[in-house]
Amino acid sequence: MAHRTLGCLEPGEKARVAGLLTRGVARRRLLDLGLVPGTVVRALRRSPLGDPTAYEVRGTVLALRREDADQVLVETDP
Amino acid sequence: MATWAGGRGPGPGLRLGSGHPHPTIALAGNPNTGKSTLFNALTGLGQHTGNWSGKTVTLARGVVRHRGRPYAVVDLPGTYSLLPSSAEERVASDFLCLERPEATVVVVDSTCLERNLNLVLQVLEVTDRVVVAANLLDEARRKGLEPDPEALAEALGVPVVGTVATRGWGLARLMDTVEAVVTGSVRPHPRRVRYDPDVEALLDRLEPLLVKALPRGAAVRWLAVRVLCGDPTALSHLRDGELDEVVRLLAVADRSEPGVAGILTTAAGTLGGGLK
Repeated sequence: MAHRTLGCLEPGEKARVAGLLTRGVARRRLLDLGLVPGTVVRALRRSPLGDPTAYEVRGTVLALRREDADQVLVETDP
Repeated sequence: MATWAGGRGPGPGLRLGSGHPHPTIALAGNPNTGKSTLFNALTGLGQHTGNWSGKTVTLARGVVRHRGRPYAVVDLPGTYSLLPSSAEERVASDFLCLERPEATVVVVDSTCLERNLNLVLQVLEVTDRVVVAANLLDEARRKGLEPDPEALAEALGVPVVGTVATRGWGLARLMDTVEAVVTGSVRPHPRRVRYDPDVEALLDRLEPLLVKALPRGAAVRWLAVRVLCGDPTALSHLRDGELDEVVRLLAVADRSEPGVAGILTTAAGTLGGGLK
């Protein structure tokens, strides 16, 4: 298992949420949006300027800024 | 003296449900689940529905008559969580915690149930008297999904009724079920989240401090959870001594970080194991 942050995923890549690197309100928000450890996420596409990126999470699409996506630790199969 | 920055208490604007002559039904749900469409279909009101931020800034109210009996219906702002991070979400959470409606209908999007269940589990922590409306059932079927309301009801411990609010489908059965919950002929036994033992111990110490300050019947446990998550709503009525005690408890909790972090993952984490 290789660990990276969600922000490092390239469009088309899939990964599993391993943990969150933030605390407090930001952490809660990410959890409420479905980014709970174990959740499978897929990067869909980046906006033309490279930020934000759209991710598929639990059947819906979320757009996250790089700075927020980098708070999400994910694991991918090597 | 202890101080607590930010937030606002349950202001006078929120003391609405008490004294209402009819049983109150609250409609809760994530944004874009068809909640306001359901509200309009039930009440016959042309409350504006649409998809933009801050749409439901105040609580829309109407009356529905079902089998000759009137109910007050309150359309809460769409929310992903009862741990509020915006004014709208605070209104929704405060209403459920402090006004104690006779029944709460949680409207969920059947095309992505899993995502909606975070809010459902939170509502089940606030109140027993819940009916889940599995809405947008037609769209789910078009996507090749076959949501199973009975299996979901079994897993959650509360009634689940399939609906298509835009066509009025399932609404009579929804209201029959709501009526049964209001009258007590159906008593839901919701699946309850248990947190890590250190968090539960903390809640056990926090609740008695809050209960004295809160209106009778308030959802003390959930308000205590909100305090642990940094939301001071429940603290606004505490006296200085009680506030000091709470702040001391939280300072200890902050040092035992794993447990406090756990409180934030348990509610959502229950989804993965329980409902697959």
